[in-house]
Amino acid sequence: MKGFRNILATLLLTVMAVLLILTVSEMPAFGEPGPAYNQVARHYLERSVQETGAVNVISAIISDYRAYDTLGEATVLFTGIAAVLAALSAHRQKRGGGDA
Amino acid sequence: MRDVVLQTIAKLIIPFIQLYGLYIIVHGHITPGGGFAGGSILASSFILYALAYDVGDGFRRMPRLAAKWLESMGGLMFVAIGLFALVQGGNYLTNFLGIGNPGTILSGGSIPLLTIAVGIKVASTIITLFYHLLEEKRHG
Repeated sequence: MKGFRNILATLLLTVMAVLLILTVSEMPAFGEPGPAYNQVARHYLERSVQETGAVNVISAIISDYRAYDTLGEATVLFTGIAAVLAALSAHRQKRGGGDA
Repeated sequence: MRDVVLQTIAKLIIPFIQLYGLYIIVHGHITPGGGFAGGSILASSFILYALAYDVGDGFRRMPRLAAKWLESMGGLMFVAIGLFALVQGGNYLTNFLGIGNPGTILSGGSIPLLTIAVGIKVASTIITLFYHLLEEKRHG
Protein backbone atom coordinates (compact mmCIF):
# COMPACT_ATOMS: atom_id res chain seq x y z
CA MET A 1 0.00 0.00 0.00
CA LYS A 2 2.78 2.37 0.92
CA GLY A 3 4.71 1.58 -2.26
CA PHE A 4 1.63 2.28 -4.36
CA ARG A 5 1.17 5.64 -2.63
CA ASN A 6 4.79 6.57 -3.31
CA ILE A 7 4.44 5.70 -6.98
CA LEU A 8 1.23 7.72 -7.24
CA ALA A 9 2.86 10.75 -5.56
CA THR A 10 5.89 10.57 -7.85
CA LEU A 11 3.63 10.36 -10.89
CA LEU A 12 1.54 13.35 -9.80
CA LEU A 13 4.60 15.44 -8.99
CA THR A 14 6.14 14.59 -12.36
CA VAL A 15 3.00 15.74 -14.16
CA MET A 16 2.98 18.96 -12.16
CA ALA A 17 6.68 19.54 -12.81
CA VAL A 18 6.17 19.11 -16.56
CA LEU A 19 3.25 21.55 -16.50
CA LEU A 20 5.21 24.14 -14.51
CA ILE A 21 8.29 23.82 -16.75
CA LEU A 22 6.10 24.24 -19.84
CA THR A 23 4.57 27.38 -18.30
CA VAL A 24 7.95 28.85 -17.43
CA SER A 25 9.33 28.18 -20.90
CA GLU A 26 6.42 30.15 -22.36
CA MET A 27 7.21 33.22 -20.24
CA PRO A 28 8.87 36.24 -21.91
CA ALA A 29 12.62 36.48 -21.55
CA PHE A 30 14.08 38.57 -18.75
CA GLY A 31 13.95 42.28 -19.56
CA GLU A 32 11.59 41.90 -22.51
CA PRO A 33 8.21 43.65 -22.41
CA GLY A 34 5.77 41.07 -21.11
CA PRO A 35 2.11 40.57 -22.00
CA ALA A 36 1.19 43.07 -19.26
CA TYR A 37 2.60 45.81 -21.44
CA ASN A 38 -0.13 45.72 -24.07
CA GLN A 39 -2.26 48.28 -25.85
CA VAL A 40 -4.08 49.19 -22.62
CA ALA A 41 -0.91 50.41 -20.92
CA ARG A 42 0.12 52.27 -24.09
CA HIS A 43 -3.32 53.84 -24.35
CA TYR A 44 -3.12 55.09 -20.75
CA LEU A 45 0.35 56.52 -21.21
CA GLU A 46 -0.33 58.21 -24.53
CA ARG A 47 -3.86 59.50 -24.17
CA SER A 48 -4.58 60.01 -20.45
CA VAL A 49 -3.85 63.75 -20.56
CA GLN A 50 -6.18 64.36 -23.50
CA GLU A 51 -8.92 62.13 -22.12
CA THR A 52 -8.91 63.06 -18.45
CA GLY A 53 -6.95 66.31 -18.19
CA ALA A 54 -4.88 64.97 -15.30
CA VAL A 55 -1.12 65.30 -15.73
CA ASN A 56 -0.53 62.64 -13.07
CA VAL A 57 -1.17 59.39 -14.95
CA ILE A 58 -1.59 57.38 -11.75
CA SER A 59 -4.30 59.76 -10.60
CA ALA A 60 -5.97 59.51 -13.99
CA ILE A 61 -6.02 55.72 -13.74
CA ILE A 62 -7.16 55.32 -10.12
CA SER A 63 -9.83 58.01 -10.16
CA ASP A 64 -10.98 58.02 -13.76
CA TYR A 65 -10.32 54.83 -15.72
CA ARG A 66 -10.59 52.62 -12.65
CA ALA A 67 -12.62 54.78 -10.29
CA TYR A 68 -14.91 51.84 -9.63
CA ASP A 69 -11.94 49.96 -8.23
CA THR A 70 -11.11 52.91 -5.97
CA LEU A 71 -14.70 52.88 -4.73
CA GLY A 72 -14.07 49.27 -3.75
CA GLU A 73 -10.94 50.30 -1.87
CA ALA A 74 -12.90 52.95 0.01
CA THR A 75 -15.47 50.29 0.88
CA VAL A 76 -12.71 48.05 2.22
CA LEU A 77 -11.49 50.90 4.43
CA PHE A 78 -15.02 51.56 5.68
CA THR A 79 -15.67 47.90 6.45
CA GLY A 80 -12.31 47.57 8.19
CA ILE A 81 -12.83 50.57 10.46
CA ALA A 82 -16.38 49.49 11.23
CA ALA A 83 -15.14 46.05 12.28
CA VAL A 84 -12.37 47.54 14.43
CA LEU A 85 -14.77 49.93 16.15
CA ALA A 86 -17.24 47.13 16.77
CA ALA A 87 -14.55 44.97 18.37
CA LEU A 88 -13.01 47.75 20.48
CA SER A 89 -16.34 49.22 21.58
CA ALA A 90 -17.43 45.79 22.81
CA HIS A 91 -14.43 45.80 25.13
CA ARG A 92 -15.22 49.28 26.36
CA GLN A 93 -18.81 48.42 27.17
CA LYS A 94 -17.73 45.35 29.12
CA ARG A 95 -15.68 47.62 31.37
CA GLY A 96 -18.77 49.76 31.76
CA GLY A 97 -17.44 53.13 30.61
CA GLY A 98 -17.19 55.37 27.58
CA ASP A 99 -19.67 56.77 25.12
CA ALA A 100 -19.74 55.08 22.04
CA MET B 1 4.33 61.00 28.80
CA ARG B 2 4.29 64.79 29.14
CA ASP B 3 7.51 66.12 27.66
CA VAL B 4 7.69 69.86 27.19
CA VAL B 5 10.22 69.67 24.36
CA LEU B 6 8.15 67.12 22.46
CA GLN B 7 4.96 69.11 23.00
CA THR B 8 6.51 72.40 21.85
CA ILE B 9 8.04 70.87 18.73
CA ALA B 10 4.81 69.06 17.93
CA LYS B 11 2.86 72.30 18.29
CA LEU B 12 5.28 74.00 15.88
CA ILE B 13 5.40 71.25 13.28
CA ILE B 14 1.77 70.09 13.14
CA PRO B 15 0.44 73.01 11.02
CA PHE B 16 3.12 72.39 8.42
CA ILE B 17 2.34 68.66 8.28
CA GLN B 18 -1.35 69.41 7.83
CA LEU B 19 -0.70 72.01 5.14
CA TYR B 20 1.53 69.54 3.31
CA GLY B 21 -1.11 66.83 3.55
CA LEU B 22 -3.77 69.17 2.15
CA TYR B 23 -1.38 70.24 -0.62
CA ILE B 24 -0.79 66.61 -1.59
CA ILE B 25 -4.53 65.91 -1.67
CA VAL B 26 -5.52 69.02 -3.63
CA HIS B 27 -2.68 68.62 -6.14
CA GLY B 28 -3.36 64.89 -6.53
CA HIS B 29 -4.04 65.17 -10.26
CA ILE B 30 -0.98 67.31 -11.05
CA THR B 31 1.88 66.09 -8.87
CA PRO B 32 2.78 62.69 -7.44
CA GLY B 33 0.52 61.79 -4.55
CA GLY B 34 -3.21 61.77 -4.19
CA GLY B 35 -5.96 60.95 -1.76
CA PHE B 36 -4.33 57.98 -0.11
CA ALA B 37 -0.90 59.57 0.41
CA GLY B 38 -2.24 62.99 1.40
CA GLY B 39 -4.80 61.50 3.77
CA SER B 40 -2.08 59.50 5.50
CA ILE B 41 0.08 62.61 5.93
CA LEU B 42 -2.88 64.58 7.28
CA ALA B 43 -3.68 61.77 9.72
CA SER B 44 -0.06 61.55 10.87
CA SER B 45 -0.31 65.09 12.27
CA PHE B 46 -3.24 64.03 14.46
CA ILE B 47 -1.33 60.92 15.52
CA LEU B 48 1.63 63.09 16.49
CA TYR B 49 -0.69 65.29 18.53
CA ALA B 50 -2.15 62.32 20.39
CA LEU B 51 1.33 60.91 21.05
CA ALA B 52 2.84 64.19 22.25
CA TYR B 53 -0.12 65.21 24.40
CA ASP B 54 -2.67 62.58 25.30
CA VAL B 55 -5.23 60.55 23.43
CA GLY B 56 -7.92 62.33 25.47
CA ASP B 57 -6.74 65.67 24.06
CA GLY B 58 -6.71 64.03 20.66
CA PHE B 59 -10.35 63.02 21.07
CA ARG B 60 -11.18 66.62 22.03
CA ARG B 61 -9.64 67.82 18.74
CA MET B 62 -11.19 65.03 16.68
CA PRO B 63 -14.36 63.89 18.49
CA ARG B 64 -15.82 60.47 17.81
CA LEU B 65 -18.91 61.99 16.24
CA ALA B 66 -16.82 64.10 13.83
CA ALA B 67 -14.81 61.03 12.86
CA LYS B 68 -18.00 59.11 12.21
CA TRP B 69 -19.38 61.91 10.04
CA LEU B 70 -16.16 62.39 8.08
CA GLU B 71 -15.85 58.65 7.57
CA SER B 72 -19.35 58.38 6.12
CA MET B 73 -19.20 61.65 4.19
CA GLY B 74 -15.97 60.67 2.41
CA GLY B 75 -17.54 57.48 1.12
CA LEU B 76 -20.89 59.06 0.33
CA MET B 77 -19.21 61.92 -1.54
CA PHE B 78 -17.47 59.36 -3.76
CA VAL B 79 -20.74 57.52 -4.43
CA ALA B 80 -22.60 60.81 -4.97
CA ILE B 81 -20.08 61.96 -7.59
CA GLY B 82 -20.52 58.64 -9.34
CA LEU B 83 -24.31 58.94 -9.27
CA PHE B 84 -24.11 62.54 -10.49
CA ALA B 85 -22.26 61.25 -13.54
CA LEU B 86 -25.19 58.93 -14.15
CA VAL B 87 -27.59 61.88 -13.98
CA GLN B 88 -25.41 63.73 -16.50
CA GLY B 89 -25.90 60.88 -18.93
CA GLY B 90 -22.63 58.99 -18.62
CA ASN B 91 -21.71 55.71 -17.02
CA TYR B 92 -21.24 55.40 -13.27
CA LEU B 93 -18.19 57.48 -12.21
CA THR B 94 -17.68 58.91 -15.68
CA ASN B 95 -15.61 62.07 -15.71
CA PHE B 96 -18.52 64.47 -16.28
CA LEU B 97 -16.93 67.86 -15.63
CA GLY B 98 -14.88 69.67 -18.23
CA ILE B 99 -11.30 68.57 -18.63
CA GLY B 100 -9.96 72.09 -18.22
CA ASN B 101 -6.42 73.14 -18.87
CA PRO B 102 -4.10 70.18 -18.03
CA GLY B 103 -1.49 71.10 -15.46
CA THR B 104 -3.55 73.71 -13.66
CA ILE B 105 -5.30 73.05 -10.38
CA LEU B 106 -8.79 73.30 -11.87
CA SER B 107 -8.41 70.50 -14.37
CA GLY B 108 -9.12 66.83 -14.65
CA GLY B 109 -12.89 67.07 -14.28
CA SER B 110 -14.14 65.06 -11.31
CA ILE B 111 -10.69 63.61 -10.48
CA PRO B 112 -9.84 66.30 -7.86
CA LEU B 113 -13.25 65.87 -6.20
CA LEU B 114 -12.79 62.10 -5.99
CA THR B 115 -9.26 62.62 -4.65
CA ILE B 116 -10.57 64.93 -1.93
CA ALA B 117 -13.25 62.39 -0.98
CA VAL B 118 -10.67 59.62 -0.74
CA GLY B 119 -8.36 61.91 1.24
CA ILE B 120 -11.05 62.71 3.82
CA LYS B 121 -11.90 59.04 4.12
CA VAL B 122 -8.32 57.79 4.50
CA ALA B 123 -7.39 60.49 7.02
CA SER B 124 -10.46 59.83 9.15
CA THR B 125 -9.94 56.05 9.01
CA ILE B 126 -6.31 56.23 10.14
CA ILE B 127 -7.06 58.75 12.91
CA THR B 128 -10.00 56.71 14.24
CA LEU B 129 -8.09 53.44 14.12
CA PHE B 130 -5.02 54.87 15.85
CA TYR B 131 -6.92 56.77 18.53
CA HIS B 132 -9.02 53.77 19.46
CA LEU B 133 -6.01 51.45 19.64
CA LEU B 134 -4.13 54.03 21.71
CA GLU B 135 -7.08 54.41 24.06
CA GLU B 136 -7.30 50.65 24.42
CA LYS B 137 -3.63 50.54 25.38
CA ARG B 138 -4.02 53.34 27.93
CA HIS B 139 -6.88 51.58 29.67
CA GLY B 140 -4.84 48.37 29.63
